[in-house]
Amino acid sequence: MSNAHRPAWMGRPSPLTTAAKAVAITVIVALMVFPMWVVVATSFAPPEEVVANGGFVIWPSEWTSLTYQRIFAAGMVPRALAVSLGVTLVGTALSLALTIGLAYALSRPQVFGGKPVLLMVLFTFLMPAGMIPLFLVVQGTGLLNTFGALFAPLLLNAFNLIVMRGFFQSVPSELIEAARIDGAGELRILLRLVLPLSKAVIAVVGLFYAVSYWNNFFNGVIYLNDSGMWPMATLLRSFTSGGLTVADATGEAGAQIAPVSVQMAVVVLATVPILLVYPFVQRFFVKGVLTGAVKA
Amino acid sequence: MVILAVEDPPAQQPAEPAPPAAAPRPAGTLRHRLRRDGVLVALMIPGIAWLVVFPYGAAFGNVLAFKDYFPFLGVWTSPWVGLQHFERLLGDDRFWNATANTVTISLLQILFFFPAALGLALLLHSIAGSTVKRWVQSVVYLPHFLSWVIVVALFTQMLGGAGVLNGWLAQAGLDPVQLIGNAEMFKPLVIVQMIWKECGWGTIIFLAALMNVDEQLYEAAAMDGSGWWRRLWHVTLPSIRPVVMLLLILKLGEILSVGFEQFFLQRDAVGPEAGEVIDTFVFFTAFQGGDMGYAAAAGLFKGLVGAVLIYTANKVAHRLGEQGVYTR
Repeated sequence: MSNAHRPAWMGRPSPLTTAAKAVAITVIVALMVFPMWVVVATSFAPPEEVVANGGFVIWPSEWTSLTYQRIFAAGMVPRALAVSLGVTLVGTALSLALTIGLAYALSRPQVFGGKPVLLMVLFTFLMPAGMIPLFLVVQGTGLLNTFGALFAPLLLNAFNLIVMRGFFQSVPSELIEAARIDGAGELRILLRLVLPLSKAVIAVVGLFYAVSYWNNFFNGVIYLNDSGMWPMATLLRSFTSGGLTVADATGEAGAQIAPVSVQMAVVVLATVPILLVYPFVQRFFVKGVLTGAVKA
Repeated sequence: MVILAVEDPPAQQPAEPAPPAAAPRPAGTLRHRLRRDGVLVALMIPGIAWLVVFPYGAAFGNVLAFKDYFPFLGVWTSPWVGLQHFERLLGDDRFWNATANTVTISLLQILFFFPAALGLALLLHSIAGSTVKRWVQSVVYLPHFLSWVIVVALFTQMLGGAGVLNGWLAQAGLDPVQLIGNAEMFKPLVIVQMIWKECGWGTIIFLAALMNVDEQLYEAAAMDGSGWWRRLWHVTLPSIRPVVMLLLILKLGEILSVGFEQFFLQRDAVGPEAGEVIDTFVFFTAFQGGDMGYAAAAGLFKGLVGAVLIYTANKVAHRLGEQGVYTR
């Protein structure tokens, strides 16, 4: 299979080189996958075995969902999952709407107000909002201790906007002119022509936004006093830093569950949604990311 | 790591030097243009409103850095103190310690993260089978999408006191090693964490550059009898040097930003002397010390110096004929 891809000048690599490469790749993949595996295995192992083994299990003697049952029987983690899901869905939808609107208008040549607005956007690259002043804005807009504080400050990302604008600029202007001559207005051109051509970039930018909402724990820490409103990531942070105890997550019945088991199950629950979306968006990465820009 | 956007030059070229297509949209009077672009302006308004309230509202909030903040008085009625906070900042050892930590970690990142990402990119690029390559890429990109909370939890589970590594050491009858919560090991630890999380994602830009290396150069070099090492040294690396230089310059512009979350999560385990960076200094001064005005001053100081550095880095990048985070 490999010969077909290799140009003639490259020659055949020695078996030693091939073997070294295979070993290197295997080790790297193992370093990435193994920690995740240990977390999954520990969360599905019987809690007594986790304790007996000193805090982790690599291959459980028996797979059991006991820890998960306890977590779901108590209300805290399911509620946090619902908050995270809601914030991610609402936030991503609003973010995409704002980003697409602004990016499309800024991608049209000589649009009214285009230059100063673009400068406004670019300036946020130079000086991102500071933590304390942003806190004052959230306080001043009355978002403190509301779910809005979890997404409102993150709605637009200058990087995503520039990526999207670059993609829209690459739509051939002949197509747009042709649609205009056929009598289509700007809104129609955007909805019927430009957006269908931009599925890849919308998928990638949508993923970036969704991940930033799902993973954000800090807004919960700084803006929400009531731990009952916390999203998953904030909850997880509190478990690992010892702010919340296992009893909070599992109720009285969970007293016999090892804290590590609970922590690992929460890590799994916080990761699974990303793993579910990932394969579907992945094929757009290189196309979508490299078209407008690259984030490293 | 770096915020970087390279606008695709081929995509832009047709937009600018093709006036015939743009001819039906001449620049008229302001009123005329506003009427013509009414829909586009309406599309922009929600985004502009957000920009005005959040980043620009926050920029206004920086007046706090010049005030003695009393929560019950609010930002506007709290008394002015002039540059007092900044004077205090200049003599504050805790702030300079945090700055030194930040800069050290940034430099370590350049020293270790860049070669790691480049090396991994070269390795991935050399995989001949495209199925294997795709699978490996899927795996190494994945950690980029995990929250720092999760990454820190994974590292604790692997390397912590009750983690896998120490479990194995105990089984082998060896002494445990304290890698987590050890001030001396903190900087290597955070660099390893960064590499684990972002190295795969960092390969994307290098891979793109590697794809663009002229095949004929390889062919010519091979004809002249050079092996893979010489081709790497004399063809591959010189060809991708512009990208590497660009990334380096932009990273130097961001030298005061190492990311907040990773340090916020782990600072308490090792104490502020080893674990404090500028961003955590701002947070803990404000929300544990209750010194909002002083924290805002530290944040503004970092923001202003950072802005100058990023601006300079981009100017240098433009001077070298590259596109930075913004185009001219």
